Formats: sequence, structure tokens, C-alpha cells
Amino acid sequence: MHVYIIKRILAAIPVMGFVALFVFLLLRLTPGDPAAIIAGDTATPEQLEAIRTSLGLNDPLVVQFFNWIGQLLRGDFGTSILSGKPVIELIADRMEPTISLALTTIILSVIIAVPLGVIAAWKQGTIIDRFVMLLSVLGFSVPVFVIGYLMISLFSMQLNWFPVQGFRPIGEGVGDFFHRIALPTFTLTLLYIALIARITRTSMLEILGDDYVRTARAKGLPEHKVLMRHALRNCSVPIITVIGIGFALIISGVVVTESVFNLPGLGRLTVDAVLSRDYPVIQAVILLASLIYVVINLLIDIAYVLLDPRIRYA
Amino acid sequence: MTIPMTLKMKPKGLTGLLRGTMFAATVAATALIAGMADAQTLRAVKHSDLRVLDPILTTAYMSRNHGYMIFDTLYALDADLVPQPQMVDTHSVSDDGLVHTFTLRDGLAFHDGAPVTGEDVAASIARWGERDGMGQVLMSFVDSMSQGATANEFVINLTEPYGLVIDSLAKPSSNVPFIMPKRLADTPSTEAIPEQIGSGPFTWVADEYQPGVRAVYAKNEAYVSRDEPSSWAAGGKVVNVDRVEWVVMPDDQTAFNALQAGEIDFWEQPPSDLLPILDASPDITVKNLNALGFQTIMRPNTLNAPMDNALIRKAAIASVNQKDVLDALVGNSELYALCGAMFVCGTPLATEVGSETLTTGNGMDMAKSLLAEAGYDGTPIVIMHPTDVGTLRTQPVVVAQAMRDAGFVVDLQAMDWQTLVGKRASQAAIADGGWHMFMTNWVGADVFNPLVNNMVNGKGADGGWFGWPDVPKLEELRTAYATSQSLDEQKALAAEIQEIAYEEGVYAPIGQYFVPSAWSNSLEGVLDAPAPLFWSISKN
Repeated sequence: MHVYIIKRILAAIPVMGFVALFVFLLLRLTPGDPAAIIAGDTATPEQLEAIRTSLGLNDPLVVQFFNWIGQLLRGDFGTSILSGKPVIELIADRMEPTISLALTTIILSVIIAVPLGVIAAWKQGTIIDRFVMLLSVLGFSVPVFVIGYLMISLFSMQLNWFPVQGFRPIGEGVGDFFHRIALPTFTLTLLYIALIARITRTSMLEILGDDYVRTARAKGLPEHKVLMRHALRNCSVPIITVIGIGFALIISGVVVTESVFNLPGLGRLTVDAVLSRDYPVIQAVILLASLIYVVINLLIDIAYVLLDPRIRYA
Repeated sequence: MTIPMTLKMKPKGLTGLLRGTMFAATVAATALIAGMADAQTLRAVKHSDLRVLDPILTTAYMSRNHGYMIFDTLYALDADLVPQPQMVDTHSVSDDGLVHTFTLRDGLAFHDGAPVTGEDVAASIARWGERDGMGQVLMSFVDSMSQGATANEFVINLTEPYGLVIDSLAKPSSNVPFIMPKRLADTPSTEAIPEQIGSGPFTWVADEYQPGVRAVYAKNEAYVSRDEPSSWAAGGKVVNVDRVEWVVMPDDQTAFNALQAGEIDFWEQPPSDLLPILDASPDITVKNLNALGFQTIMRPNTLNAPMDNALIRKAAIASVNQKDVLDALVGNSELYALCGAMFVCGTPLATEVGSETLTTGNGMDMAKSLLAEAGYDGTPIVIMHPTDVGTLRTQPVVVAQAMRDAGFVVDLQAMDWQTLVGKRASQAAIADGGWHMFMTNWVGADVFNPLVNNMVNGKGADGGWFGWPDVPKLEELRTAYATSQSLDEQKALAAEIQEIAYEEGVYAPIGQYFVPSAWSNSLEGVLDAPAPLFWSISKN
């Protein structure tokens, strides 16, 4: 197992290298000029050139690429072309809202969706099953921004229970943190409940027809033990996969939810950087997102082994 | 709030320590939050994010607005568009008109405590003069600038008398001649200044700045305001709140809800479709603060055929009906004006000369005959269409349809605004990715005379503005305007410039529109101005 983990970590290095090269070239080949954005409408061609030079944009692409890679290897993500702030600082500022939203959403989703999926499978074909599936279809079908606006309209504007927008770090008060993260969490949770409940139900249905489940029931085990100890554990691999990918998706940016609730997360940082051609920020954020995917995939693989002893990695 | 000074703590190993620490942290956090709540904070949602902090390096309006917060100006325009002294106490001109001597007001100091000196002013004006169009014209008349006999004197020596010295120093919109410490003003004008130290009514709270999230300003307690009442950017700058936060909200509906819920106090540019709802609210005031509004324009590229032919350019302009553009862009006729004045309706230089077809919408026949006369061969006209900017995505569609109706073949190319910004700087041929036309918007104060209005620059491919019309007569008239000595003379020159600009088809205003702001009724003293200003406002 240790050898496998080390191999996976080593394998991530060329992946990240490829991502870095791809992102760098893609950005440089995309139309748009950050120097023109900074210079504004009245800059002369000479001034524009001077700004490009001062930003290093007139260097050959190879030089720019290796300068950037050199910076990365020294742990320096560079500075934002527009604001002049260190990129690492910009990302760090945006990490807390994003990770907070990801954690609260995934935890709440798992708490609600897994039992719903289990019950739906257990009561397959009954009204309970159909109700869970109806919820699931709704969760998938209704756009997140519609759910968000409805939540704001009801819980913020009508009932005055939650603030309309904004984020408060947990360090400034646990109560205020949850008060502000609640609505965006509920909004995203509906989508993830739909996803996880459906996967859980499908996986459970496959398992519940297996011989060992029939045997467990035949030997008189209580139904909850059959479901939780025998069936659920054996169908946890696809559920864990969906949870892991869902977590990575939120971390890499849920722009719509962040915009509707004005959460200063990584998604908005990425979109703003793309629209303003802030190359160092875009490069760093995409690299970070890639790294998160690599790490989460590794964690999922490790979780497979822990949950299902039959799985072994060479 | 009273915080108990003695806490009875019974440490019980790690648990007790943890509990004690958490309690202390909670008390401290509560005190901090209570303290912050006590400070009167005005929260405003601006039209965009503040990304570039140097208002001389860029013409971005957010950077200009930032400049007004922390920097001060020598002069400023009042509501009657008359320059008034701001940092200046007295001004004298030598008999030959070549030496302007300015004495600064007593008590002016930068946020780091250093007094404002003539040296700071000279360096600031020199840096501004490198970047700004009107500044460049001023600099072409300047022999030298320096500190005067005393530290609070500033002297400009001219090579010949120039009538617009004060008007230049009072320029209200991008780039505004803000005064900064010499050490900052010595930064090359193609690089951003490294610090945000000014002598304006607010100080910059650097620690709380998060690009894309918020910018924070604190009241400058040391600021010495003028005694006159505030009028546009002129007069007293009395700050009545402790902090101003510019909060970024990318979603209009969120800003709308936040204003109604009292989570923000001021919204600079609500979209026009939400204005009736805001206007109906008893707790919210909706008002246009910028009497000159915005001018939306179409700009042909004179370098690429067939737009290198003035007849073709005139045909394109003649096909457009401002009302169609503004109905599509704004909708509410109370929020727009049909205006063919290149120097904006509502200013002393406003004239409708040459603009009849635009404002009456009767130019379609003329457009068709001009096209026939020019021998238009059906070459597709490439119009750049920025689809990501709400105030710019409509005009290209309307103009393209009008041009098609006149007989043009139009290639409407969708792109994001930043792609357009990069592409419009290209003088390449169409086959190499060039362009024929784009639309943009200007704040009225940025185009209200021939020196600040970039579009009537006739310098051509070497020194002109995107589109690069080569019309030497326009340059002659602009130079004459710069040296003119009376308003009547300026009006006559402006009318002549406009007439030639229309005749050459260098550009066309395709409407003037207004964007009201909305704010909570808890605010009082919100100022009319071409840029949102935050002094004079008090919050109840």
C-alpha cells in the first residue's frame, strides 16, 4: 500500500507538469492583452509596450514559461498582474469560503442522502422510494441559482432568518459563520443529495439481491444490521467515489452559488482572473484545482482499500 | 459594552486550558465585532471591481473613483462645470501669461504625515502629463514645473500662453491629475505606484483589501476640508462616516436583495429593469447623480477597406437611429436622451451640427445612396460584439441590423470585452484578424471637450486613437482650441470640429443615457458628480 501511494504521488508530478504547460500555452494563445487592460483607452503604443515589458510579457514564451516554473519550484506563485498582490495571498484569502462550503455541503448531503438512498432501495417501488426519486429528479433538474434565489426570497427577505449574502470566517464567530454559510449550503446540498441518494439507492439495489444478503436475513439478523453492516458497507465504493468527486467539484469552484450568495471563493477568483487575463492567478488556480483532483482521487483509492478488503493495489 | 476584568478560571489540564482559551477568544472576538459595529460603516456596491490601484497608470473608472477617495486635486469642477480651487489657495499669472504660480492651502498633509509640497505637485502633474490626453497637450506648452520660493508654492513655466491650464488641472475624469507624494509620483508612468498614500479625505486600509471582494477606506482625521459647500468634486470634503467599504457583488439580484435587506447602503449602477421596484420602495432613494450621463458610440476603423472610405463610414452612421439603439439598450425613455453632440448634451460645447440623421432616424435613404455612390462591393463589415458586458452587448446588434437594412453585409463577431480590448489595438488587415467597427461607452465628462474626447483625435495610425482617422484639419482645430482664450471661441471651434468629424465619419455618438444610483434612506448628503463621491454623506 505504501509503495502504491508513493508511486501515485510520483505519478502526479508529470501530470502537474503537463497541466502547467497546457495552461500556460492555452492562456498565451487566447486573445486578450493584460497590458491593454491596465493601460486603458488613452495609452500610446509606446506606453503599452513599456507596460508589457515591465510585466515580462515581451519575453519569449520559453523564457516566460521557465521563469514561471522556476518561481513555482521556489514556492512562489508570482503576483497578480492587475492588483500586484501575491497570488498565494489571493488564493489563501479565497480558500476558507470554498473549503467551508465544500465541507458543510458534503457533510450535510451525506448525512441526509445516504439514509434516503438506503431507505429508497429497501422500500423499492413504494411511495417512499418514489418520493425520494422525485426529490432526486428535482434536485438535478432545478438550476442552482433558482434554488438560491428562492431560498433568499423565503428565508432572508420574507422570514428574515438568514442574511442575504456574504461570508464570515469561522475565526470571527462560529454562530455568525454558520448563519451566513447556511443558505448556500442548503442550496448546494439539494443537488448533492440528489446525486448521492440516487447512487446509494442503485448500489444498494444491486447488493440487496445478492446471496449473502439473503443468507444474512435467513439466519435471522435484524433488518437494520442487514442493511447497514452487510449491504451498505459493500456498496460504499461508488458512494465514496461520488462524494470525493463532488467535494473536488466544489473546491474547484461553484461560481453560480458563490455569485448568488456573494461568497468570495475560488470560483469567483478564477472567473475574474480569466475575464481580466490575469495570467499568474489563472495558472495558479488551475494548477491548484488539478492538484486537488489528484489528491482526492488518491484519497478515494485509499478509502476503497479501507472499506473493501478485497481491493488490493500492487 | 462591559468586559469582565476578572475571570474565575479553574484550569483542568488541557481541557481547562482549551475551555479558557476559547472563552477568552470568544470575548475578544465579541468585543472586536462590537467595536466594528460601533464604527459607522458605509457599504457600497460599485459598478465593478477595483483591480488597479494606480489611477494614473490606467483609465479604468474604478481606479479613478479610488483616486478620488485617497488623493486630492489642485482644482476640481463644480456642478456648473467651472473649475474651483481645491488644494490651491491662491493662483497668479505673470503679465506675459507664461508663469503660473500656485500657493497650496495651509495644513495639507499626506496620510504618512508629510506635508504636501510644490515638489510633490510638480512630480505628480508630470507623471499625469505623460499618460493623460489633456495632460499631454498641457505638457506640450510647459517649459518647466517646479517648487516655488516656498515649500507650498508650485510654479509652471509655459513656452507660450495656454488658456486651459486650470481646466486641465481640474479635469474631472480619467485620468484625473491627482496629487501624490514625490516618491510615488517618480514611479515610471508605465508601472503601478507601490503605495497608496495620498492627501485625500480617506485613507487606504491596505490590510483589508481583497481584489474581487472588497476595498476599504477609513476617514482621514487629519484632512483639512475647504469651507465652501460641496459641489461635484469641488468645495468641502467633509467625511461623516468612519469607514467606507466597496463590496463586490457580481450578481445584480444579490445586490438588489442586499440593499432591500439593509446589508448594503449604496448601489452605484442598478440595472434599469430593477429601477422601478427600487423606486417604489419607501426605504430607498433612486436618483441620477451624473447629469452628463454616458455617451455610447460607434467607432469605425479607417485603416481597413471599405471603412477607409469616408462615404462608407458616413453610410454606416446614417443608417443608425439613436432611438432604436437606446430603446434596446435602456428601454425607459426617461433615462436616455437623443443627442448628436459629440461633446455631450448639457455642456457649453454641445451642438447638434451634423447629427440630424442620428437623432431623427431619417438617414436610411441617405445611407443607401451613399453606399451606391461609394461603390460598396459587399465586403463583410467586421463588428466586434462584446457579449459579456451588459451595457455594451446590445448596441452592436442594433447597429448591425440597421447597416444590413442599408445594404451592408455584416460579420458580427462575438467575443468577451477583454478580447475586444486586445483586438481593437491591432491595426492588422481583416484577413489577419483585424476589425472594422466597435462600440463603447464614455462617461460624459470624458468626452466633453475636443481635448479629452479621444475620438476627434485626427493623428492617424501614428498617435491616433483606435480607428486611427487621419484628418490633419481636426488636429489644427484641436490645437486652436487649446490656445483659445474665450468660451465663444471654444464653442465655434468645437462646432467646426464636430462638423468635420461627422463629415469624415470618424465616429458617431449613438445615444446619451443615464444610470441612476440607489441608496438607503438612512444616507443623507449623497453628492451629484460625474464619479461617485463618498464625502458629505452621513448615515443615520
